[in-house]
Amino acid sequence: MIQIDNITKIFGTGAESVAALDDVSVTINSNEFFTLLGPSGCGKTTLLRVIAGFIAPTGGQVSLDGEDLLSKPPYTRPVNTVFQSYALFPHLTVRQNIAFGLEMLGRPKTEVSSTVDEMLSLVQMTQMADRKTSEISGGQQQRVALARALAPRPKVLLLDEPLSALDFKLRKEMQLELKRLQSETGITFVFVTHDQAEALTMSDRIAVMSAGTIRQIGNPRDIYDHPAERFVADFIGDTNFLEAELLSIEDDMARIRLAGGAETFARTVEGESRDSGAVTIATRPEHATLAASGEGLLSGTICEVVYLGTDTHYHVDLDCGARFVVRSQNQPDQAQDRKAGEQVDVVIASGIGQVLRD
Amino acid sequence: MSERGFDIRRQTGFNTIAVFCFVMLYLPIILLVVYSFNAGTSIAIWEGFSWRWYVSAWDNEKVQAATFRSLIIACAASMIATSAAVLAALATTRTRPWRGQMLVFALVNQPLMVPEIVTAVALLIFFAIIKVATGYTGLWYLIVAHAAFCIPFAYMPIRARLQGMDLSLEQAGADLYGTPFKVFCRVTLPQLWPAILAGSMLSFVISLDDVVITEFVKSAGQDTLPTYMLGQLRRVITPEINAISTVLLAISILMVSGFFLLSRSKK
Repeated sequence: MIQIDNITKIFGTGAESVAALDDVSVTINSNEFFTLLGPSGCGKTTLLRVIAGFIAPTGGQVSLDGEDLLSKPPYTRPVNTVFQSYALFPHLTVRQNIAFGLEMLGRPKTEVSSTVDEMLSLVQMTQMADRKTSEISGGQQQRVALARALAPRPKVLLLDEPLSALDFKLRKEMQLELKRLQSETGITFVFVTHDQAEALTMSDRIAVMSAGTIRQIGNPRDIYDHPAERFVADFIGDTNFLEAELLSIEDDMARIRLAGGAETFARTVEGESRDSGAVTIATRPEHATLAASGEGLLSGTICEVVYLGTDTHYHVDLDCGARFVVRSQNQPDQAQDRKAGEQVDVVIASGIGQVLRD
Repeated sequence: MSERGFDIRRQTGFNTIAVFCFVMLYLPIILLVVYSFNAGTSIAIWEGFSWRWYVSAWDNEKVQAATFRSLIIACAASMIATSAAVLAALATTRTRPWRGQMLVFALVNQPLMVPEIVTAVALLIFFAIIKVATGYTGLWYLIVAHAAFCIPFAYMPIRARLQGMDLSLEQAGADLYGTPFKVFCRVTLPQLWPAILAGSMLSFVISLDDVVITEFVKSAGQDTLPTYMLGQLRRVITPEINAISTVLLAISILMVSGFFLLSRSKK
């Protein structure tokens, strides 16, 4: 278990100083695939490097299984890193790269060679063992970097956007591969990415970061279905934002009145303290449907129909002035039944919308 | 790009100037090499091809002694200079920025900026004091002096290489349980050796070629090859000087080519 308490990192001094991490606290469980997700410059890589020991934080504490990490240099931390650039040693072969950590730990030769063989087969690189790292492809380098970091059996594996240099198809493959490796080895993975789809695919839990702070932590479904605030809702997936008036809170559900006068229920974030006033409601495009005029919560006019193969996006100009997108999955026998210019109503089932935190 | 920009190669007279410069630079050297094969005793009148001056230089005991001395000084000085340069380069690239770092950088490169004659006179006086105090008159004065002015030449390629090296390699070494010393030996040094070799070859050539400082610092009977040649010029000049120069030229070209190949490789 990694316990991160009140970590702050300030780069620069005086007026030019920037807080890359601003009082970040999070607990990462053992054997967990934990993802730090956020746009570039949000501090996710800085946090990873604090755990690895390449950056000393300005303040705060990091411990691993109850043991303080910050007082240790990188080479005594039971933590290994898969670097974004892979950082494979160019003067060594694939096999020598993977053996490096074990040799540094002073393990006996027989153990080193058997572990390296095991790692080579784990990442399916046995054939390439004696090649130089410059003689293998990007995807293969990625596997070697992974094997090198896994070979010493660290308690925690840190992965710094390891898939960003790969092409789309290879990335999809490696996502499943990483997930498999994590469950096979039982090592805690801390994965840094800016790719929300990647985070949703692989993670047990995700921490969404922005401007040096963690905005929300949860499992992929939580994060996607119940975004707590506008940044999270906007960063992950597509979202419709609706202005509404909060009428009351009843059993953790918010009774709201939408523009246009319709009343319905929406979910609230844990610890919601407001019980009146203007609020923003987030709704995913696939959580709403279209109905004939007069049958739904919000009325409007279809202004655009975008066919995307698996589904169709209907862009609806609501009478209240907002734009709302409804995603509907395409069926083989279904004629495209709605056209631009048609008057429609948008239906959002009661309790599906999410009241966002301020 | 060539359509818009100012292309110096298209300016009138550019080719003439370029050709003139190359002729001035290389014609004398070509003539020197050609006349080293002169059968006659003149360095200006061609009397046919012969190896006689190479043989004569080879058999000349003074040339032998001076050559031997030059090689010893160049080897020792370049080794000392390269070792110091590696440490200096590590201290100016692999540490957190520290106070006075720029000053040290300037101090290391000092021999490039201080006029050589000033260094020579200063060393002459300084070593004279030590000679009086200790009575030692051996080769080490020359070795130390040469090592000192060779340091910046060894320092520059090594520093450039360290700066160009991916820092994440050393971080990966540390991450994989390598102590700083092990990481230096197993990760940094294998990446650095072409630059180290390049730096030592360059300082070897610089030491081999030095006249001014050597002339001032050397004790009696400590002629190196260049100072021996300088001494010969005061007497009768024969193509023997050309022959020795040609050999020195060949060594320099070899070393400098090696330097460029090593600085370029594994980028």
